[in-house]
Amino acid sequence: MFETLVSLSGLSALLTLIGILVVAFAFYTHGMSFSNSSGLVIFDRGGLNHRESMDASKDSSAWKNLDISTRTPVIYCLFMACFWLLIGSIAGLIASIKLHEPDFLISEAALTFGRMRTFHLNAVAYGWLSLGVIGIATWLMPRLVHAPIPFSRLIFFGGLSWNVALTFGLASILLGYSEGVEWLEFPFWVDLIIALSGALIAVPVLISIIRSKVRHLYVSVWYILASLLWFPILFFIGNLPHIHEGVEHALVNWWFAHNVLGLWFTPMSIGIAYYIIPKIIGRPIYSYNLSFLGFWTLAIFYSNVGVHHLIGGPVPQYVVTISIVMSMMMLIPVISVAINHHMTAFRHLGAVRDMLPLRFVVMGAMMYTLASVQGSLHSLRALSRITHFTHYTVSHAHLGAYGFASFILFGACYFVIPKVLQTNWPYRRLISLHFWLALIGIAIYVIFLGIGGWLQGVKMLDANASFMESVLVTIPYLKARSFGGLLLTIGHMVFMIHFILILKRFVDKKKGKSS
Amino acid sequence: MNKVLVAVGAVIIVLCSGVVLVVTPYFSILRQTEPQSVPLGEADPAIARGRAAYVDLGCVYCHSQQPRDKSFGPDFARGWGYQPKAQDYTGQRPHQLGTMRTGPDLFNIGDRNPSLQWNLMHLYAPRIMVPWSIMPAYPFLFEEKAEPGPDDVVLVFDWIGVETEPPIVASQKALDLVRYLQSLKQKEEQNVQPGT
Repeated sequence: MFETLVSLSGLSALLTLIGILVVAFAFYTHGMSFSNSSGLVIFDRGGLNHRESMDASKDSSAWKNLDISTRTPVIYCLFMACFWLLIGSIAGLIASIKLHEPDFLISEAALTFGRMRTFHLNAVAYGWLSLGVIGIATWLMPRLVHAPIPFSRLIFFGGLSWNVALTFGLASILLGYSEGVEWLEFPFWVDLIIALSGALIAVPVLISIIRSKVRHLYVSVWYILASLLWFPILFFIGNLPHIHEGVEHALVNWWFAHNVLGLWFTPMSIGIAYYIIPKIIGRPIYSYNLSFLGFWTLAIFYSNVGVHHLIGGPVPQYVVTISIVMSMMMLIPVISVAINHHMTAFRHLGAVRDMLPLRFVVMGAMMYTLASVQGSLHSLRALSRITHFTHYTVSHAHLGAYGFASFILFGACYFVIPKVLQTNWPYRRLISLHFWLALIGIAIYVIFLGIGGWLQGVKMLDANASFMESVLVTIPYLKARSFGGLLLTIGHMVFMIHFILILKRFVDKKKGKSS
Repeated sequence: MNKVLVAVGAVIIVLCSGVVLVVTPYFSILRQTEPQSVPLGEADPAIARGRAAYVDLGCVYCHSQQPRDKSFGPDFARGWGYQPKAQDYTGQRPHQLGTMRTGPDLFNIGDRNPSLQWNLMHLYAPRIMVPWSIMPAYPFLFEEKAEPGPDDVVLVFDWIGVETEPPIVASQKALDLVRYLQSLKQKEEQNVQPGT
């Protein structure tokens, strides 16, 4: 048995090493021929050196037709994403208030903290972020392969059944039928429908990639292609019932939970940013070669970081160590992506100031760098000893899921929706208002909760302090977090109202044309 | 770059990570755990029902069940117990190790606080028992009954000078939940042999 164990372990280590060598080799040989001109494939003749305006009517007719071809699935997915974001953030706000006003809304089991918090996480993860990236990827793919997505109706039906499953899953949580494993709370039958809906959505996108005749597949395609393969595999293995138990269940749990961030939300968001930043600015990304390195190192390292969530726990220590090493290695993809995104943006700060969608996306890319460097550092035993089991982790998670992924999604939505509808946003000021609410809200959230969590961890490790002190020290910071969360929720209302207004404008315009 | 390479490489990488983080530890944990304990639930259905209540109310989001080693923190000094081993969790599905300590670790709560009345009153109104607590109250696990039957467990508030009229009676779910909490005890032999 022990021999099997050692050989399996050695084999996987070897495979990872080979992977790294392959990347290095390919980088060395391919890297030379990978001239930066490959980064130009996203521009048409007039697009280079030209800032892409938010005014949809100014696009060339080729882009216009591709954008319109995805209208139904894209608008449906994004609108539902926006809806779940609003519902999910209200649930999050209730959960947050409960932590400093524990007698708030206690009469119903459905409203208890344990269920509200879980409802919030699942609504924003599987509702907002997942449907959001699916919607944006659906819009992006035709632009990258220069052809409409075949069978794009499947994406619409996939989104529909995804939403139905999500509704049942969230209801199960409120009614107490949770599976009880963080990030995997939905009952198994709901998971099955979500996995099938995911497949319905992935198939047309994959077919359009397979059929594509473009001379070079842009870096965003790699990220989207890989994510669409990763998510079903992860989701399926993570949710398999009756196999895992005890400590082993905890390992699967965190392998999944961190990979759903690392191999689903992160690559999708990075892929979207890789398109939108250079596209709006009108200049290719800083170094196309680096994007190649960033992609493969992200895949190799990020897939192994999850178990640092079980540091100090009753799991084999070598697994935790592997995760810590991999977390540190994550600096490589993070820095490559950071150089590409930031160098492109910093050379064109004027565009960042003027273009609201770009402002969201660039801010999101900056928070990706911050969140990732922070994540790598506090995976180290010396730091995670303090931050583990505290609100600090929650703060970090929101810097990643909100500051990074959601900001990029917001920017993408503001960019994409008018193009797909061929209708401009009614009020530019509402976008600006949303931006500042989101930015100030998340800053308050992350900074205060981070400090509160750190102090909580210090007290918890202090043998001379009672446990009570670790609770009391967090109260003012938890209140600040609720305030930050309130700002974010108001921002989401602004976003939702604006979304409804542009839809109304679109419908009115259509009616006006037909009459 | 070749799309087939991206697709195949991506799948191989994620499967590799599954081997490293899930499959290999699975075997190494199997080596440690001898099938020794009676699977949970077969021993006492009330405990199993209580555990289900613990899961559906989401207790795990504030309470861990994994005290850390003495070298890692003062968990032992707080009475939370020795660091457990993988075998202490045999048969537990879903696992409830937890990653938050908004409240204290509960791995050893049955030893620390075995009183039925204390636990029931704490669930009903946490701040009566622990003034600084931020735990939510669970009044929906209790009911007011003008004339409690002989089997009903009535909350006894007299000793803190609180009169409740009509009397408050614990539901079966509350009793099961406390039964589960009472069952959370570190096994004897491990008190002699501290965790690794």
